[in-house]
Amino acid sequence: MIQAIAFYIFAIVVLVSGAMTIASRNPVHSVLWLILAFFNAAGLMVLVGAEFIAMLLVIVYVGAVAVLFLFVVMMLEIDFAQLRAGFVRYFGIGLVLAVALVAEILIAVGAWSAGGVDLARRGAPVDPTIPNIQAIGNLLYTRYLFVFEGAGLVLLVAMIGAIVLTHRQRQGVRPQNIAAQIARRPQDATRNMRPEIGQGVQL
Amino acid sequence: MTYASQVAMTLPEIVLALGALALMLVAAWGGPSSTRAVSWTAVAVLGGACLALIGPATSGNTAFDGMYRADAFAGFSKVLIYVAAAVAILLAPRFFERTAGDDLRPEYPVLILLSAIGMGIMVSTGDLLTLYIGLELQSLAAYVLASFMRQDQRSAEAGLKYFVLGALASGILLYGISLVYGFTGSTLFEEIAGAYAAAPLSGDGKSIGLMFGLVFVFAGIAFKISAVPFHMWTPDVYEGAPTPVTAFFASAPKVAAMGLAARIAIEAMGPAEGQWRQIVIFAALASIIFGAVAAIGQSNIKRLLAYSSINNVGFALIGLAAGTPEGVAAVLTYMAIYVVMTLGSFLVVLQMRGTDGQPIETIASLSGLSRTRPGLAAALAIFMFSLAGIPPLFGFWAKFAVFDAAVRAGLFPLAVVGIAASTIGAYYYLRVVKTMYFDEPAAAFGEGDKLEGGLIAVAAIVVSPLGYLAIPLLSAWTMAAAQALF
Repeated sequence: MIQAIAFYIFAIVVLVSGAMTIASRNPVHSVLWLILAFFNAAGLMVLVGAEFIAMLLVIVYVGAVAVLFLFVVMMLEIDFAQLRAGFVRYFGIGLVLAVALVAEILIAVGAWSAGGVDLARRGAPVDPTIPNIQAIGNLLYTRYLFVFEGAGLVLLVAMIGAIVLTHRQRQGVRPQNIAAQIARRPQDATRNMRPEIGQGVQL
Repeated sequence: MTYASQVAMTLPEIVLALGALALMLVAAWGGPSSTRAVSWTAVAVLGGACLALIGPATSGNTAFDGMYRADAFAGFSKVLIYVAAAVAILLAPRFFERTAGDDLRPEYPVLILLSAIGMGIMVSTGDLLTLYIGLELQSLAAYVLASFMRQDQRSAEAGLKYFVLGALASGILLYGISLVYGFTGSTLFEEIAGAYAAAPLSGDGKSIGLMFGLVFVFAGIAFKISAVPFHMWTPDVYEGAPTPVTAFFASAPKVAAMGLAARIAIEAMGPAEGQWRQIVIFAALASIIFGAVAAIGQSNIKRLLAYSSINNVGFALIGLAAGTPEGVAAVLTYMAIYVVMTLGSFLVVLQMRGTDGQPIETIASLSGLSRTRPGLAAALAIFMFSLAGIPPLFGFWAKFAVFDAAVRAGLFPLAVVGIAASTIGAYYYLRVVKTMYFDEPAAAFGEGDKLEGGLIAVAAIVVSPLGYLAIPLLSAWTMAAAQALF
């Protein structure tokens, strides 16, 4: 009973926020609706027992991808009114794409109801009694440990490479030197002067 | 098999990874002034990785359910790779201190170390996943190294070209891998070999999917070893990249990609030998002939050596085409001798600097080198004669080994065409020697460096007829390595 209620709440919010993502006039609001949709999709994943995918949705999509979208949308100066002006012109091709997408969904559902793909030769059969985070961890840190760490090194090389190719020491900038500021004493920075009347201060 | 014993088999990679991470921290805090210390420590780390090969890392066992193979084949290839990487690190400081605008930064040795990890993974792979991770680690570091001179437009162009075409090749390879996985149901080499043995590969009802997978995988690997028709990037990248990086590209990654090709051909697709042999034979002959013909018109020594590397990869592929333990041993022998010859040639290219220290790359500038720098001219002549495979030198033994393996496997036409085409290649090698010894002297080069001079002398002695003394050791070692695949 409680699952059914949770399912309907999550599903309705996903659908509404998905619709609002494409319907809202302000692009920043669109991204915020998209984040809401991701959160509720994560809820749906928890309901079907795929808690790993739920966590990925929250961490990767909400935490990284959607926030990146937000930054891009706020930084780029795009005239969205102008973008929408071509709606009628592109309506035809949009309709064709929509029909293709619907057809693909129907074919996929048909294939799915015809039975699963034969994965008899699977290298690591899944034990249905353990939760899937544990199952993935069991594989990732035993059989696939070496390639997992190797993938980490690939990402490290990408990061080093980006810095090597783009970071440069600029000449002529005057950065703040905090140590020098703190080490500065009053007697080094100020002088007591006793100017004569009518003479002014000689610096 | 316990966890600890599996990890112990990957000790060379662990040594290199920890070394690279520690040196990266030193580089981040030490800045450019730490370059010298980081370079020498990186060479020491590579030496440590070579020592780590003794023991479990070459015990012949497999780790991680067969995904990583710690056998003699991996051991031999890794020694070659690590030595070539160490030489590439040692070459760099003198090149960069003479070029305007771009200094050597401590990231250079760190990237070479990371690339060496990738190459080590490539030659130890027992699974398509391991293969791809190793390949990407090696390639990604190589793309950055190619454009390491940021002020230099040619270097940037080389990096971009290498990246775009390398990404395309990775895509082709991945497409092949996905087909192979889809039609065999496994990424493990053993199970793939089982599926290829079980499926009908010729005649009616043959498995088109398995064939397509095989073709795409070999096309991707052919790009990485720059075999014709996937060689187009090589001359441009070799010409544009900084010379020490070019020396690196021409040596260690070639050994790694060749080892990978041998592993995939023998271990994963051994039962489909009749199918991949056609591809390998075509790539071998096309590389030999095209590499020789296209090199004739070159006036830049780095482009010439690029075509020379295409040509040499063709000869090594002849050994692979044989598909026998002798053939694989011949490939390893060939790559070992090729690495020494190529590194020696690039060391001589590094000496080609004007008196102001600016690098010169034209072949014409070598004119009359025998009179201005007789030692250097003699060394380059030895490398050129050896690359051409002229008998008293060690390069002849490399070519002899691959042709011998091909003849023993019954591939007479292949051997005959290969030998005939190798005479075309001799023309442009001899042209360099003629320029040095018989042309009027051009402007003299600037002073050489002691360390580089010593390395040139060592390489020249190895490829001189004295190298033949190493044959009993070399053939025993390569044969033991090749047997590990069968």
